[in-house]
Amino acid sequence: MSVRVQTEDFEISAEVARLTAGRTDIGAIVTFTGTVRADNKGSTITGMTLEHYPGMTEQELARVEAEANARWPLQASLIVHRVGELKPGANIVLVVTASAHREAAFDAAAFLMDYLKTRAPFWKKEVGADGRGQWVDARESDDRATERWEKP
Amino acid sequence: MSVKIRYFAWVREKTGKAEEIVDLPAGVTTVAGLVAWLTQRGPEYAEAFARPGVVRAAVDQTHVQQTASIAGAREIAFFPPVTGG
Repeated sequence: MSVRVQTEDFEISAEVARLTAGRTDIGAIVTFTGTVRADNKGSTITGMTLEHYPGMTEQELARVEAEANARWPLQASLIVHRVGELKPGANIVLVVTASAHREAAFDAAAFLMDYLKTRAPFWKKEVGADGRGQWVDARESDDRATERWEKP
Repeated sequence: MSVKIRYFAWVREKTGKAEEIVDLPAGVTTVAGLVAWLTQRGPEYAEAFARPGVVRAAVDQTHVQQTASIAGAREIAFFPPVTGG
């Protein structure tokens, strides 16, 4: 289990290799990568700034990861989230889950993304073609995506 | 009681500061109470907290509701709904 917040890019295959090195108990690895789109509802995006709350961010990501590990039998997991200035096409976030079987790895990866989108203190500011910055609004659909994991 | 208050994203831009140390009056004991007290300190605060219920809060780096106590808090943060991922 580990979480990282960094300005540098990440390399997916290197991260997976490091996470699973020497392990023979893993039968399924799921990776999710979130990237910067060049458009938002029809308007052009030329860049994005990601702000966060140092300290709380790491705590929240660790809490979300611990929750996933409590719910599913994961052999390994990783969350990497970038901050700072990002261009269209750039990586934003990486989630890796590894388990003996695919179902736990798939579900845990979806859970981690849904939870971190509504809990981890990151804020995106998009820069438009006119050079003006615009804070991204939180989406109600992200809250609903998180609610599907609430226990009855 | 002296406490550090931090502001993020558009809440930071509207208040014009990333953080400040404030001396809380004795009657301010909850997050909602703190928001009400900050709001009357100046138009920039009133603007930042203009939409009730939109600005989120954390006490000592943990998400809390508006009704949460701030007794003994070292650091209180205000920010918009999060948009990471």
